[in-house]
Amino acid sequence: MTNMHIKQDSLVLPPQVVRERQQAAQRRKLWFYLALFGVALVAPLAVYPIFLMKLLCFALFACAFNLLLGYAGLLSFGHAAFFATGGYITGYLLSEYSGLGTELGILAGTLASAALGLLFGLLAIRRQGIYFAMITLALAQLVFFIFVQAPFTGGENGLQGVPRGQLFGLFDLNNNMTLYYFVLAVFIVGFAIIQRTIHSPYGQVLRAIRENEPRAISLGYNVDAHKLLAFVISATLTGLAGSTKTVVFQLASLTDAHWHMSGEVILMTLLGGVGTVLGPVVGASVVITLQSYLSNGPLGEWVHVILGAIFVTCVLLFRVGIVGWVLKLAKRNF
Amino acid sequence: MTMVFGIPLGVLLGQLLLGLINGAFYALLSLGLAIIFGLLRIINFAHGAQYMLGAFAAVLGLKYLGINYWVALIVAPLLVGALGMLIERGLLRRIAGEDHLYGLLLTFGLALIVEGCFVKLFGVSGASYPMPELLKGGYNLGFMFLPTYRAWVVVAAVVVCVLTWYMIERTRLGSYLRAGTENPKLMQAFGINVPLLITLTYGYGAALAGLAGVLAAPIYSVTPTMGANLLIVVFAVVVIGGMGSIMGAIVTGLAMGVIEGLTKVIYPEAANTIVFLVMVLVLLVRPAGLFGKET
Repeated sequence: MTNMHIKQDSLVLPPQVVRERQQAAQRRKLWFYLALFGVALVAPLAVYPIFLMKLLCFALFACAFNLLLGYAGLLSFGHAAFFATGGYITGYLLSEYSGLGTELGILAGTLASAALGLLFGLLAIRRQGIYFAMITLALAQLVFFIFVQAPFTGGENGLQGVPRGQLFGLFDLNNNMTLYYFVLAVFIVGFAIIQRTIHSPYGQVLRAIRENEPRAISLGYNVDAHKLLAFVISATLTGLAGSTKTVVFQLASLTDAHWHMSGEVILMTLLGGVGTVLGPVVGASVVITLQSYLSNGPLGEWVHVILGAIFVTCVLLFRVGIVGWVLKLAKRNF
Repeated sequence: MTMVFGIPLGVLLGQLLLGLINGAFYALLSLGLAIIFGLLRIINFAHGAQYMLGAFAAVLGLKYLGINYWVALIVAPLLVGALGMLIERGLLRRIAGEDHLYGLLLTFGLALIVEGCFVKLFGVSGASYPMPELLKGGYNLGFMFLPTYRAWVVVAAVVVCVLTWYMIERTRLGSYLRAGTENPKLMQAFGINVPLLITLTYGYGAALAGLAGVLAAPIYSVTPTMGANLLIVVFAVVVIGGMGSIMGAIVTGLAMGVIEGLTKVIYPEAANTIVFLVMVLVLLVRPAGLFGKET
């Protein structure tokens, strides 16, 4: 009934009013993001900055993953490979070349992930659906074994004590507060790129491919090229998140490359809401908070069981995710 | 001693045999995955956990109930299969109409739960299982030593695979299964109980994984994560073979095991990765898989 009502309403309204309402919605959105930004600016005064930085890195990771799953409909089970590649390359470069600016280290890690994403993408988009997931998982496992054996990764120990260095030779990143604002800036840039991608004509085509691939092909879109670009953007931003994480923790290890990590980012996205803009951020916040809370408590050894249970619950009962659910409530009541 | 590629023949054959054993497990597991995928259209991520459950059922049965290997070989797959049927009825059925990716995610969550519980209960190092008396020792073939148990694993796995193939391709029940794979709605209209068929299929696939677990218990260390890492290799095997044919799954599994064994002799550094590299090659040359149908 209510749906009918809304439809008629918009039919009757003159275009001027519709435009005004859209602009009002845009304004509300702007204020909302500004408020979030304000909270992010003062957050390190109240919360441990390292924790916040971890949260931002994983939120960016989940957002990049969501670009692929939520907007292109591609389930990658191998995103840990990009996260770890960014981390290892950045960690190695910053450790080996002590004069190197941190921004260059992160840039190199990000580019390495982009290149790996191109390779993965070229192979994986040759198959669809479930095969796509299995191929990305197998490729990520291949990368994992390479990192186990490669001479520059430090094997089981990983790269420890990576120097944080200086940003543009001006800011000393060993100061947690300086580093926090840098990580926040990195997150905002990554988030903005994803937003821009989603709302561009290209993003619309991606959604069309997700909804009906044969139709998109028949409309003349080069579906494989579009998917590949989405995969590379996602891998690049995942690499950016991994590189930044290495700078924050001064550590790159095999944990980043393990398939558990690929599973975790899926969980964050699913829990927050697949295909929603803020879902991955919320999902990452919940999962990271839960993990750090559990690891300090008596339930520390049950982390995987609890994450698995959340997984099962989400799939069975809560497929829209937290943000999807809130949006649904908002639509119904306002 | 005869040399092949500068490697003693005995060493080469020994590694080939080890590879064939790994291949037997790949074949059993990818067969189960292929059967489940055929009818349910989901990838069973819990397959590795079910394999691990089979192995642990054997270990715990011996420890607490005194069940010997031969009984475990029957009972453990039945238990794992029954658990599988419960999972299908209680959980997978609820998301049958949704995107198939949800099936993958649901079974992934289940695998995390089961493995997490076992890590908590038994630790990561796990347990060991004694070799059954009858299968101890081995034969000296002159050019190499053939341990009885390893020969048994290969023979048992091949027999089970061939029986499964026969059941699916040559019996009435199998024809229902194949028809259900093609068009479940029409089957239902013809009065075949498709939901029951789906439950049985998932149960059978899980039971195959459980059986593989029991077979693996005496030769591999029984740990909570033994299935998870194996499963990813099996996924690659499935991509290589394509899930279109039952025989394809069996042959690809065995072949990948042998290739892995050979790699261990020729270039040990790549032994962990060779199956994935073959997968890359197959994707480049024949994306649908060696036995898959072009879609």
